[in-house]
Amino acid sequence: MSKTRFSPSPRAALALAALLATGVAQADTLSKIKESGSVTMGVRESSGSLSYTLGDGKYVGYHVEICERVLSDVRKQLGLSSMSVKYQPVTSQNRIPLVTNGTVDIECGSTTNNATRQKDVAFAVTTFVEEVRIAVKANSGITSINQLNGKNVATTTGTTSVQTLRKHERAASVDFKEVFGKDHADSFLLLESGRADAFVMDGAILAGNIAKAKNPAEFKIVGEVLSVEPIAIMMRKDDPAFKKAVDDSIKGMMKSGEIAKLWDKWFQQPIPPANVKVGMPPNDNTKAAWANPNDKPMEDYAKK
Amino acid sequence: MASWDWEVFCKNTIDGEVVPRCFGSGGDITYLDWMLSAWGWTLSVALLALIVALSVGSLMGIFRTTPNKWLVGIGNAWVELFRNIPLLVQIFLWYHVLPSIFPSLRAIPSFVLVVFGLGFFTSARVAEQVRAGIQSLPKGQRYAGLAMGLTLPQTYRYVLLPMAFRMVIPPLTSESMNIIKNSSVAFAVSIAELTMFAMQAQEETSRGIEVYLAVTGLYFISAFAINRIALFIEQRVQVPGMIGGAR
Repeated sequence: MSKTRFSPSPRAALALAALLATGVAQADTLSKIKESGSVTMGVRESSGSLSYTLGDGKYVGYHVEICERVLSDVRKQLGLSSMSVKYQPVTSQNRIPLVTNGTVDIECGSTTNNATRQKDVAFAVTTFVEEVRIAVKANSGITSINQLNGKNVATTTGTTSVQTLRKHERAASVDFKEVFGKDHADSFLLLESGRADAFVMDGAILAGNIAKAKNPAEFKIVGEVLSVEPIAIMMRKDDPAFKKAVDDSIKGMMKSGEIAKLWDKWFQQPIPPANVKVGMPPNDNTKAAWANPNDKPMEDYAKK
Repeated sequence: MASWDWEVFCKNTIDGEVVPRCFGSGGDITYLDWMLSAWGWTLSVALLALIVALSVGSLMGIFRTTPNKWLVGIGNAWVELFRNIPLLVQIFLWYHVLPSIFPSLRAIPSFVLVVFGLGFFTSARVAEQVRAGIQSLPKGQRYAGLAMGLTLPQTYRYVLLPMAFRMVIPPLTSESMNIIKNSSVAFAVSIAELTMFAMQAQEETSRGIEVYLAVTGLYFISAFAINRIALFIEQRVQVPGMIGGAR
């Protein structure tokens, strides 16, 4: 008895082989889901209202709920009576490798759709257009990025906002003293404690952090839109059948107005765990993306 | 990640265009320029912190072996304080917590804070090793020195420390290599060192594997160089007949 326990069973070897095989290529996600009866959703621990955890392995948010509806449509399309959805937390460092190697089938976080990434992965139609803005202390008198010359400007390491700031600095020949938080909460602390005069980041993240602050009235979001980034659900590249299934489902939600209701639920109503409101109505770019569903990368928005 | 694209390091950090010869000009920088400057920050943080760690650590280690109970107490308190708090937490205490209690600390650049934070953390470990080195010597050496009419400081200077420091070179080498690797916590307080470069550049270029491989290589080279320098020192100062000196 105890002898056999240590010898690898043929079934385990087969499972291992299958696991390795998925690492190479699994272009046909639909048949993978049909065969295994399960699908893996990539989620984020704390991407504002888009995708975050409540603890205990529970993940919620605007994109998570959209994905859950998409997957339920996929299940109906495949004629499966039941399908298990696994949640796999991802980070901005590992999300693309995990999608390309087959660990994650559909990533529902806060990934910007840009041309570089489109070489490796595919994106569903844009569900949210993010605008990079500036948060300041309400009493600071700062209303525009041009007033930040020589000031301390906080942003978060590992985000596109760092690049946005650098580009802006170059184009307008201004000089910011950049301070980098290791995550958004850290960057917000820099603003709160006065180490930074402004925090430049995605509007939804700024609004979320302000909503959670000790005294939200102390802060406000000001100034021009520094960069526009389409945020979308991410999938493997070269899998047109799965992309069509996902896109059709999202387009259906856009047409029926359901997506606007989801927005209202996650961005304008109190959300768990603290039951605070982010209080952010959809911006015009987002409404335009709902009206004319598309998967254009960030570069196309910059041209306008 | 089918193929590697090392050209990513030649790209301009503003527009992402590949620059000939890989180095930017006229205020433009490439990812290669950026990485080398980040390496410079990593080495500056690590080497300055190493100086702090070795000097404070030696002092505290010596304190713990003196006959004076006050000095022993200071040494013990120092070691236990800095050894029992995780490094990242210490860095945040220096950066966020102490300045909110003493606003004058806010004027100190984060570079100085992280050098002292990392230096003090490592000094606790160095102190333990120096203490162990001194205590490994036969007690008779201390008594002999004092019996010859040397004062206590002279006994340390001419009798105990020359032997003790030779003995603790190998563990101190490990600490010196650790400090290079531990300097990566500096990214958390906005120092543009290698780890921050890696996190930022992989996001901007989407070529994480190349970026992390290059950064790993630089950390390895830095730590290995420390190792070789320490080995050289160890061989130069060895005393025949002592530990490590028998060859």
